[in-house]
Amino acid sequence: MSPYGVRMAGAIVAEGLRKNFGTVEALRGIDLDVASGTVFGFLGPNGAGKTTAVRIFTTLLLPDGGRAEVVGLDVVRDAEALRARIGLAGQSAAVDENLTGLENIQMVGRLYHLPAAEARRRAGEILERFGLAEAADRQAKTYSGGMRRRLDVAASLVARPDVLFLDEPTTGLDPRSRMDLWAMIRELVQEGKTILLTTQYLEEADNLADRVAVVDLGSIIAEGTADELKDQIGGEVLELHVKDPAQIGQVAQALSGVGTGEPSIDAEAGKIRIPAGSDGPVALLDSVRRLDDMKLALEDIALHRPTLDDVFLSLTGHAAEQDQQEEAGSGRRTRGRRRGRGRDG
Amino acid sequence: MSRTAAIPFTIPDERHGLGRIGGAISDAIALWQRNLIGLRRTPQTIVFSTLQPVIFVLLFRYVFGGAVSQTLTVPYVDYLMPGIFCQMVVFGAMLTAVGLAADLKSGMLERFHSLPMSRSAVLAGRTTADLTRNFFVVILVSIAGFIVGFRIHTNVFGFLAGMGLVLLFGYALSWVFATVGLAVGDPETAQAASFPVMAPLVFASSAFVSVATMPGWLRPFAEHQPVSVTASAVRALMIGNTTPGTSTATYVWQALAWLIGLIVVFAPIAVRQYRKAV
Repeated sequence: MSPYGVRMAGAIVAEGLRKNFGTVEALRGIDLDVASGTVFGFLGPNGAGKTTAVRIFTTLLLPDGGRAEVVGLDVVRDAEALRARIGLAGQSAAVDENLTGLENIQMVGRLYHLPAAEARRRAGEILERFGLAEAADRQAKTYSGGMRRRLDVAASLVARPDVLFLDEPTTGLDPRSRMDLWAMIRELVQEGKTILLTTQYLEEADNLADRVAVVDLGSIIAEGTADELKDQIGGEVLELHVKDPAQIGQVAQALSGVGTGEPSIDAEAGKIRIPAGSDGPVALLDSVRRLDDMKLALEDIALHRPTLDDVFLSLTGHAAEQDQQEEAGSGRRTRGRRRGRGRDG
Repeated sequence: MSRTAAIPFTIPDERHGLGRIGGAISDAIALWQRNLIGLRRTPQTIVFSTLQPVIFVLLFRYVFGGAVSQTLTVPYVDYLMPGIFCQMVVFGAMLTAVGLAADLKSGMLERFHSLPMSRSAVLAGRTTADLTRNFFVVILVSIAGFIVGFRIHTNVFGFLAGMGLVLLFGYALSWVFATVGLAVGDPETAQAASFPVMAPLVFASSAFVSVATMPGWLRPFAEHQPVSVTASAVRALMIGNTTPGTSTATYVWQALAWLIGLIVVFAPIAVRQYRKAV
């Protein structure tokens, strides 16, 4: 893809990226290499440092240490040239409520220094594509949360950037709007755009991202495809719920040797969990066969694939969507004040 | 991540040869338009900027005017209108603070920062939009003044020069209030924070009453603060010199010194605040 046929750098590269806010270490040395044309998910709770990293990549913040390049341009030295090549849809959908959808995108287009006619033409195209053509001439204050977010992402695309940064693009959206936005993100990737998105939603990273970095307290604690991360914590689990709790001992005995590890038995609830590695279906069939032979009845049997929640829990010892403390680390703190999060909840 | 390899991506030039200054002007114009559209579509802003000064005209002309006029050598309405013009742009400058604070809070400034646009355009676009607003409000309030009996004692050029001074004063104040708005970062707080700045400037001034009626400790401030100085200059330009011993030119130079001083001091502070704000 490189016009010079030389090394194809990652579209987004970071080396030992650090940022402090006062005494709070928001980023403690982040290394990253995002291949061109892929979606990279930054997954972590509030305050993990996701937004801080995005703000450095988009030249809004200067790093305190390390370096970062986007499309081969240094985020500090080449900041000005870089801004022409990236799009950002920040956490608070930054649209001007008094302007119509069309005017919003035209304005951003003009600030990217597109000629007025070109900005207008592209604005029309983008609105069409994002399902906002009907609402193009309505003021953005009349838009729903989902439309507003779509408009925000649309505006960031007007100059056809190579790399798009989406900071919690679906936070606060209803499920339908979220699905719509996911579909758009997938479409953009098919066109060859590189996207870095941050999310607190494990499901979102799982669905959209080619690779995921789990971020906690300013460090990347794991990185890989969603499947790789899940494999790290031991794969699938077979869960059985016996019909008669009195038979749980018999069931457990019947299943000895099934799966890849020691089963955990909750006699009171009548539940048995058996780790099954990557051979879940084999363990499932095996169990059904044995229990059927012995005429032991089940209330329920299911194979659980680990969610990224399990990944987070096993990596950090705390759940991902818990703690809202340590907001400072999110990087949205400016001189002791935070803003922009309120409406997103 | 060695940098020895050639540039791996092409850099398309979409700036269309605007150059740095051309780009900055084009950015400022884009934001000026955007801000004017915003003003036009916010009814409360229009009401605040136009109705409020008209109410002040009526209030001072008909309610307080009788009591005040005793100390004056000219009809009170003629004394009042230059003061109203100055008061009006002081109150109006608050909208600069509110507008910037709203942009900061909504994330618009963050978006602007991430675009390849001129760093100065946001403030330039905002202050010039507020200047444009003042231009129309000044015309409207003059009409209201003429209806209630305001008469120019000098000539039309004096009147226009006075208007020019009023607009320049408003522009200078926009930079002061831009600093306030960026510092507080929230439109409601910006409004609340602006009032304590505005109230003493407007009321402890010669805008509505002669400073001679004020207590001695207040007079030095009241005489020399920018609203009084500008109001005196505008008054001298519109209705001639009412104080023996000071020429119109002296008043105008004093006012210009204040206005330029305010811009020279506050524009860099506002720009610095803006860079830090996002």
